[in-house]
Amino acid sequence: MHEMGIANSVLDAVRTETRRFPGGHIYKVGIRIGALAGVNPDAMSFCFEALVHGTELEPLALEIEFCPRRHQCRACGQSFTAAAEDSVCSACGMTGSHFLGGDELELAYLEVENGARAAGR
Amino acid sequence: MERVPLEGKVLSENDRIAASLRARFAEHNVLVLNFVSSPGSGKTSLLERTLESFDRSERVAVLTGDIQTENDAKRLARSGFPVKQITTGGTCHLDARMIERALLNWRLEDIDLLLIENVGNLVCPSSFDLGEAAKLVVLSVTEGEDKPLKYPSIFFKSELLILNKIDLLPYVPFDIATAEENSRSVHRNMEIVRVSCQTREGITEWLAWLEHKRNSSRLAASAS
Repeated sequence: MHEMGIANSVLDAVRTETRRFPGGHIYKVGIRIGALAGVNPDAMSFCFEALVHGTELEPLALEIEFCPRRHQCRACGQSFTAAAEDSVCSACGMTGSHFLGGDELELAYLEVENGARAAGR
Repeated sequence: MERVPLEGKVLSENDRIAASLRARFAEHNVLVLNFVSSPGSGKTSLLERTLESFDRSERVAVLTGDIQTENDAKRLARSGFPVKQITTGGTCHLDARMIERALLNWRLEDIDLLLIENVGNLVCPSSFDLGEAAKLVVLSVTEGEDKPLKYPSIFFKSELLILNKIDLLPYVPFDIATAEENSRSVHRNMEIVRVSCQTREGITEWLAWLEHKRNSSRLAASAS
């Protein structure tokens, strides 16, 4: 259950960002989780809620964008969602493609209300 | 409500420490390998076979992670090489800070090869960079050939698959060709060795892989 530690890292990032918005409140943090990241989105949401509960960060929601494994076809250049290494291109039907993404574990955005941006950023 | 884009990895603190470890390993020419598997796949047995193959003059050290007990460190210390146990006290994986702490009293200039045995778990260790040169995944034939499909992250990120306990193949319904095919459907260039730590079948091939890895690492170091 490493999602607890990962959720905590997201909250650390939110706490750091809070300083940029004096007087504002961060209501939502968006993250991207790839199919190959080894992180379960449901467990992540559960841990996040448990960690936020009763803290100064409430109310704070987590939005997860799940990113499938993506490949680019070597033959026609089309990007497509791939189930595996040898998936066929959705456009031309050829096999043989290279890995584009799907291992993300990234911060994406914040939603802030009444936040006057701190100077210098 | 205003939406503000954010950049950066969620585990940026772990990644920062891992990058600093990787730089120190490079500076002292230490090859670091991170062994991952589910509990009971035979990581410790594989390390025992590996350590006993080395001449005592080899500068090899081991870090071994477990949630509780020093049992693995005691087993591996019989080899005579420096071994340190990292007990995580509940955490299901090793992270870069644990490695940094464990190395505090070791001189990296005295080590050529550092073997890290992660906590037995096919999921969580895949998210944490330890500054290693490569992750190696161990899968035993008693586990089921669809593990690479169920846990794609660690198979995607590992350079070598070590299929262990092949001496048990006659007794279990494990199709080794399917396991290898599944593993390559997640990671096309996966290298694979088949071993038995009990009968020692395949251990020569595993040691050859390791020797090749050490040579290419030395070459890369002398070229830079």
